[in-house]
Amino acid sequence: MRERLVVVGNGMVGLRFVEEVTRRAADRFDVTVIGAEPTPAYNRVLLSAVLAGEVSEEECRFRDRRWYLANRVRLITGARATGIDTTEREVRIGGHGVVPFDRLVLATGSDPIRLPVPGMGLPGVITFRDLADLGLMREAAARKAPAVVIGGGLLGLEAAYGLARAGVPVTLVHLAERVMERQLDDGAARIVEAAMREKGIEIVLAAQTAAVEGGERVEAVRLAGGRTIPAALVVVAVGVRPATELAATAGLAVERGIVVDDALATSVPGIHAIGECISHRGTVYGLVEPGYAQAAVLARRLAGEDARYEGTLLSTRLKVSGVPVFSAGDVMPPAGAEVITLSDSCTGRYARLVVNDERLVGAILVGETRHAGFYLDLIASGAEVNAMRDDLVFGPPVAVASPVPAVAAAA
Amino acid sequence: MSDPIGTMPTVRTTCPYCGVGCGILATPDGAGGATVAGDPGHPSNVGRLCSKGAALGETLGLATRLLHPVVDGARTSWSTALDAVATRLTDVIARHGRESVAFYLSGQLLTEDYYVANKLAKGFIGTPHVDTNSRLCMASSVAGHRRSFGADVVPGSYEDLEQADLVVLVGSNAAWCHPVLFQRIAAARRSRGTRVIAIDPRRTATAEEADAHLAVAPGQDTVLFAHLLTQIADSAVLDRAFVAAHTTGFDETLARAREIAPSLAATAARTGLAESEVRDFVRAWCATERVVTVWSQGVNQSAQGTDKVTSIVACHLATGRIGRPGMGPLSFTGQPNAMGGREVGGLANMLAAHMGFSAVEVDRVRRFWTAPAMVTGEGLKAVDLFDAVADGRIRALWVMGTNPAVSLPRADAVRDALGRLDLLVVSDNVASNDTLSAGIGAAGIHIRLPAAAWGEKDGTVTNSERRISRQRPFLRLAGEAKPDWWILSRVAERLGHGVAFAWTSPAAIFREHAALSGFENDGARAFDISGLDDLDDAGYDALAPVQWPVRRGTRDGTARLFGDGGFVTADRRARFVPAAAPGLASAASPRFPLRLNTGRVRDQWHTMTRTGLSPRLGAHRPEPFVEVHPDDIARCGLRDGGFARAETAHGSAVLRVVATEIVRPGEIFAPIHWTAETSSYGRVGPLVQGATDPHSGQPEAKATPATLVPVPMRLAGFALSTAPLALPVGLWWARIAVAGGFAWTLAGDGPLAALVAAATALFPGCDRAELRDPARDVFRLAAFDDGRLAGALFVGPAAQVPRWETLAPLLGGPVASAARLSLLSGRAPDGSADCGPVVCACHSVGREAILAAIAAGADDASAIGAAVKAGTNCGSCIPELKRLLAEVPRVAA
Repeated sequence: MRERLVVVGNGMVGLRFVEEVTRRAADRFDVTVIGAEPTPAYNRVLLSAVLAGEVSEEECRFRDRRWYLANRVRLITGARATGIDTTEREVRIGGHGVVPFDRLVLATGSDPIRLPVPGMGLPGVITFRDLADLGLMREAAARKAPAVVIGGGLLGLEAAYGLARAGVPVTLVHLAERVMERQLDDGAARIVEAAMREKGIEIVLAAQTAAVEGGERVEAVRLAGGRTIPAALVVVAVGVRPATELAATAGLAVERGIVVDDALATSVPGIHAIGECISHRGTVYGLVEPGYAQAAVLARRLAGEDARYEGTLLSTRLKVSGVPVFSAGDVMPPAGAEVITLSDSCTGRYARLVVNDERLVGAILVGETRHAGFYLDLIASGAEVNAMRDDLVFGPPVAVASPVPAVAAAA
Repeated sequence: MSDPIGTMPTVRTTCPYCGVGCGILATPDGAGGATVAGDPGHPSNVGRLCSKGAALGETLGLATRLLHPVVDGARTSWSTALDAVATRLTDVIARHGRESVAFYLSGQLLTEDYYVANKLAKGFIGTPHVDTNSRLCMASSVAGHRRSFGADVVPGSYEDLEQADLVVLVGSNAAWCHPVLFQRIAAARRSRGTRVIAIDPRRTATAEEADAHLAVAPGQDTVLFAHLLTQIADSAVLDRAFVAAHTTGFDETLARAREIAPSLAATAARTGLAESEVRDFVRAWCATERVVTVWSQGVNQSAQGTDKVTSIVACHLATGRIGRPGMGPLSFTGQPNAMGGREVGGLANMLAAHMGFSAVEVDRVRRFWTAPAMVTGEGLKAVDLFDAVADGRIRALWVMGTNPAVSLPRADAVRDALGRLDLLVVSDNVASNDTLSAGIGAAGIHIRLPAAAWGEKDGTVTNSERRISRQRPFLRLAGEAKPDWWILSRVAERLGHGVAFAWTSPAAIFREHAALSGFENDGARAFDISGLDDLDDAGYDALAPVQWPVRRGTRDGTARLFGDGGFVTADRRARFVPAAAPGLASAASPRFPLRLNTGRVRDQWHTMTRTGLSPRLGAHRPEPFVEVHPDDIARCGLRDGGFARAETAHGSAVLRVVATEIVRPGEIFAPIHWTAETSSYGRVGPLVQGATDPHSGQPEAKATPATLVPVPMRLAGFALSTAPLALPVGLWWARIAVAGGFAWTLAGDGPLAALVAAATALFPGCDRAELRDPARDVFRLAAFDDGRLAGALFVGPAAQVPRWETLAPLLGGPVASAARLSLLSGRAPDGSADCGPVVCACHSVGREAILAAIAAGADDASAIGAAVKAGTNCGSCIPELKRLLAEVPRVAA
């Protein structure tokens, strides 16, 4: 008899897990997926590209319902899981009923943070998280009404870029002195900022939002310094927090996220968690790649393999205004670390490597990210880089041909 | 580029560098440049050219030229500038007298220019203070010739080098400094087995090529030749008849020689040579009738240079080996027209046309010139002249075509002195040099006059074998440049002497000069070219190279003099002159235990104003250096390839250390070429002492007591730029030309951060690609202007800096944006390595290519030449090819 495997969450990680587990252990499980959104999973990362008109909404969908059917996966959409009975081993879906499970995988993801300032509830203030938000932003774009994006992290940049590409006058306000301050150093951030400004986006740094103002709808964003920026749309992209309420209520151990071990098991036997909702070895990941890795590990385990998840090296890749950006590892040098930078004011290319104790510990690439994998591997492996230290910033060691003078060749 | 003179055929002219006086065929390209080849029809070089001459085509650009008159820093018209010169000269004369005015001229000037300057000063302004940079070069030979022969006469010809069975080179690195003559000697070795002996404290390229090298102790050459004279006197080779008939002073001179060199053992001890070396030299010299003894700056640049010359000449007089084919003393002149300058009186101790300052001669010249202010005695020689500038006796100085702030002894003091003048006039073809900068004194009174450059000049020069050749123009005068004779004549006109300076062509000046040489000349003056004083303009234009004298009634020259006596003293006899006790002007001391020798490198000329423009020539020795014997490296705590501050009592310089056994222990050698324009700390002139020869006034530039102090340099690097760069103060740098711009080698010991900060001011307006790796002391910058590589600055730890040769070929050219950052890796975009430092300048062949040829089986210099062309033009790199051959293990055949 097949085990009943229930997956809560039909986001990118949840879907990846379902794909993996149906591929590896199709005969072992009856799979049920419970998703809060009304549609099947789609690529959230591409939302800004959809907004920018660079890809269509269709192109960012992963699987249609036929795929679920073909793989005998039961998909429940538009249904928010509201409780877990760990004794009876069932998931409650509001007043609609319960779904029993033998094994449960929580892939509830994370929720956007809203700022504790007045006016956040006004119509026209949105986060940038799902297709519904995208719809609101498209409306604003159609009106060419001014927008303010609060938050200069990855998501904020993408939102601002998408809006600007859609023809909206955009102002980006950010609390820190530079955008993506956790992933980028000054040099890289300046290039990204310049690329954003090139697209007509005004960037206001070191700016604290005091209030969102408006009558029936949002009308402006007021900064702590007093400056008021008119806005018909405000996109709040100041970060996310793991969606842990379901787990916590059920009595699972929760810190910042749902606590899991290297087997991706929660404190309750038979219940697993993956993706942005978890806390693994004290780390909460706000990106999709670790979730994918976790999905693969968990699927292999459920297929009977002895796979373990030992953490993912944090890396970021994005494309801002067509400029690829990559960041990985510790980009703020620890004391005693060596920093190597390579920059080109004309092409906007930039690279920053942090070497500590003869090992690469961090890397930022802007403009040219061809060698991102090379650096990521070095950071992940912790290999000594001494032999190629001086040329490291130019990419993987090239086999330099032994000098063959032209004249000798002609002789 | 200057405008071409329409479509011009190939022009026969002469090279502007050394005293060999090679004929050149220049073919203008119609765009201001020209291709240059040796003139097979010129008897001095018969088609050969050295690396410097062959690269002349690369030096014709106008980037460094002074193109219009400048008065007190402002561009002005010729008439305003000439008025200013005349007015201010008049003012200085009114306040301080005629003798407060001086002229400092150059062996680069043409004879006609020289003639006019000398006439203006000595006959019309009335100052005897006319000297020239030939004082630093040939004065001891002049004094020696005059003392021995009665006049400044080189008795022989270059063809004697080919007809000799033994050529002795004393203090002459002809392989580098007179390569074409060295090649003629090499040809004689091949064809008739001529032996070559080099006498030089350094194991120069010449010494290395010679059959024997006598590494004589500095200042002791006279001991060797005194010993030779005693051995001649005691043997059958003494030509008693010649001595009796044509000389005086033999006995006293021989007696003094016996004192100086009492025995073989004493000679060996004093000269630092082995007895066998001395004995073999004496045997070879005595046994070979056809012997030519050549000397150059190693003899001349000495406080006893005149004695050295006369002691060499004495051996030729004693054997009668003079003025006959294949034998005689032969001075190799440094500059293209040192001899021409001497002919017209361009030295302070000569009046004109080889006449001195006797009352008869002064009166003769006065009458010939109808001179209103004829001088009556000698003027100040170069070193004394600049002392007089420093102490205010000289208030107005006109410098023409030379750079005394670099080239004179105690050059820092000279530079300071120039700033104190009431009036400094500089006629030159460069817009900027150390002398021009020095002249911007507190008063700012300073006149710069743009003079014609080689390629534009029109006149004559005289080479080391008395051969007068036409230097013909093949380019139009650049900008507002004018010939020096024109500039001088227009000033003379404004001073009220228009009639005496009314020439309209160099031909007219030449005729006057030729006429003066024959004026009241009954044969007592060897310099007589009155046979040419009736040349019409067409005849002057067509004048074929001819050796003076050319006496009235003939157009034929004279290959040799004095073969049958007929010297030009009053009694027609040559003089033997006893030498002073040999020694150096200054003793070494605990403070300055080393001896600084100075000289040239193979591919540069003087202060590099012209050779410095050639990319080919810059690559061989791209930076100022000091050669140090390995024993002294250890003793002074130096490192081969590191840096040392060379210090003397007069100044200091910071130079790259080259450990080599070329120099003897206790002796160091540094080249003279670098200036404040081409290096930050490489000026060697300031180190040289001012001690001079009592007869010639020539300074002892090759034996200044010195010391070396290690200078740590943590950082090393290079810069490249299409335009001049103002590099941060405190950085050690040396600049050379590369195709499309300049390259600098860099070194420093300060914090990298300071350099990085200073570098932000470089390349204004350019895009920048940068590599910063402060933990490794690495900073690299490439600057782009509209996608083209405008420059680069690479700095790193001294041990591992990339070489600029990889990037230099890209300078000024477009760089694909994908390649911009990889360029900072120091690799060429195609990943190829550089070809190493240039060894063969003529064909731009690098060391790596030569090593590859050797590795592929080339087993001698000619095989290398066949494989990669190195050494097949001027041959001056052949000694280096041989060294490389010795270094590399060969593939077994």
